[in-house]
Amino acid sequence: MSEEINSTVEKPKEINMSEEIIKAEGLTKVFNKHLTAVDHVNFSVKHGEIFGFLGPNGAGKTTTINMLITLLKPTEGKASVLDFDIAKQNNDVRNVIGVVPQEYTADDDLTGLENILLCADLYGIPHQTAKERSIELLKLVELTDFRDKKVATYSGGMRRRLELACGLINRPKILFLDEPTLGLDVQTRTATWNYIRRLKEEFGMTLFMTTHYLEEADSLCDRVAIIDHGKIIVTGTPEELKHNLGGDVITLSVKDDPDVTDLIRAVGNVKEVKKENGSYRIKAEYGEVTAPSVIEALRKKGHVVTKLMLTEPTLNEVYLEYTGRSLRDTEDSVESSRTQRMTMRRARA
Amino acid sequence: MSTSNEHHPSRFHGIWALTKRELKKWLKEPIILLMAILQPVIWMGLFGKAMNLGNMFSSSNISVPPVITLPGNVVIPPQSGTINISGTALSQMLGNLGPNIMQNIFGVKDYFSYMSVGMISFIVLFTTMFSGMSIVWDRRLGFLNKVLSTPVSRGAIILSKVFNASLRAMFQATIILALAVVFGLQVSSTFSLLNILGLYAAVFLLCVGLSSVFLALALRSTKWETQMAIVNLINLPLMFASNTFFPISQMPDWIQAIARVNPISYLTDAMRQLTVWQLDASALIVDFAFLGVFAAVFSVIGIALSWRYLTK
Repeated sequence: MSEEINSTVEKPKEINMSEEIIKAEGLTKVFNKHLTAVDHVNFSVKHGEIFGFLGPNGAGKTTTINMLITLLKPTEGKASVLDFDIAKQNNDVRNVIGVVPQEYTADDDLTGLENILLCADLYGIPHQTAKERSIELLKLVELTDFRDKKVATYSGGMRRRLELACGLINRPKILFLDEPTLGLDVQTRTATWNYIRRLKEEFGMTLFMTTHYLEEADSLCDRVAIIDHGKIIVTGTPEELKHNLGGDVITLSVKDDPDVTDLIRAVGNVKEVKKENGSYRIKAEYGEVTAPSVIEALRKKGHVVTKLMLTEPTLNEVYLEYTGRSLRDTEDSVESSRTQRMTMRRARA
Repeated sequence: MSTSNEHHPSRFHGIWALTKRELKKWLKEPIILLMAILQPVIWMGLFGKAMNLGNMFSSSNISVPPVITLPGNVVIPPQSGTINISGTALSQMLGNLGPNIMQNIFGVKDYFSYMSVGMISFIVLFTTMFSGMSIVWDRRLGFLNKVLSTPVSRGAIILSKVFNASLRAMFQATIILALAVVFGLQVSSTFSLLNILGLYAAVFLLCVGLSSVFLALALRSTKWETQMAIVNLINLPLMFASNTFFPISQMPDWIQAIARVNPISYLTDAMRQLTVWQLDASALIVDFAFLGVFAAVFSVIGIALSWRYLTK
């Protein structure tokens, strides 16, 4: 990263790493007096972390983000962003945050550069500064070659990157990303993840994002809140959440098939051992650490491990555990969630 | 206080930024720009030249036989027998009445001069009516949400659209006026170049008022179809219940009642005072007072509603 790009996003100075910079208490939004989109949620986001809202479509993720970025007024409860009350000091909030919305909001008829400059104008950034920052940001999101092309000619990934650049123009302390990789192909999605990681790692920025992709939450977020039907079901790091399920599954086979059940059970972190069809199914915490210990314990007694498989629980299993249904099911099926989503969109619009 | 955005934007900083965006969009569409110029030309041709009211009274349209024989008692003092009148002289006499009738009813001798000024009102009405549409599109495309998440004043969003509509309408007014002069608009003896500034001021005031009305109607709307329906319902009635194409004094009472509160009438009247008519200062003051109050009231309502309704 070159020096000039470094200057694009301000490094935080006086903020303590453990400080909670987003706080929500009993945050509630009711549309049309009966449709409760967000139902008394409590959470806090620490400085410098990527916090993810994970849940199916229509779970209340976008509504929550829209309240935090001051597009919607909470029906009940309160929240603050960098100690600014989202309802009372909404203009202060707007000044310190960056927003990358779910939709492509850039103006099709303008070029990429014109769009960023427009964003800069909206924050009242002086023209010269705006120009310098735009050029840096376009470099950051690798759109320099396309800056004078109309946005109408951009691909989905390019548009997403442009949105990202626009969201960073005011050097926000916190960046809000609403479904940042929705509708992108795998390659573009991975590239977008890299940009997001860089923002956190190189600039110490705090990111609040929503997603309904498990892989995204798992690989990107420091902490995840699983939300369903407007309520937060559980909050924690992806590892904690998976760990709470009771750990990983190690499957192994031993040469000549002796009975080593007790030997394995004696290894630390192992919770459960079952012998099935000539192989052992071991439930253990921290599988990636436990598996080598098991191998080592067996080798000391002269047993040879012939096959080993380590299965880590995914967030999908976490989701299944807490909501009683698979996120994939809710995502892929069904008319009902789609209908609900349409209702929400209309209510929000 | 926040330190990250060091520029603490003023309340109104966004107006120009957003207006610039709309103007850029407009200028980047050469076809729309061309249409915006062509439309008034076509209308002026059709209405102003085709409906040649002044010519209806010309001597060539009054066909009388060369010699007319009348009973002697039609003249004073009565004469016995019959008298003969020269038809040519009569038709010339009647032909001279034409311009007089035009002058009395329309205030000008040719309908084109009367109508081409009205054409400016027509364009102002049509341009401002569609300003509401753009806010509906901004909402649908998500652009509005992005703007709302920035510290731009909510009032600036609506004001930028008001200014955009006004600038566009003033641009079109300039073209119409220039073309009208080329096609034979006859200005009165009280006309001076300074009057053009007055004309722009009047156009601007009506634009501000009208576009505020249509934007306020569109604030909560997510459907451009609704906007279209409203525009289609009221554009022609508003146009014809005014002095744009025909003098109010010749209309039935109930239409006159509408025309006298129709802001379009006041704009048209002000513009005619400033160009084709002998300037009547007191009438002009009334026109400007009405337009000013109209603009002030509705722009305040529009801004107030945008504060109220753009955040939910």
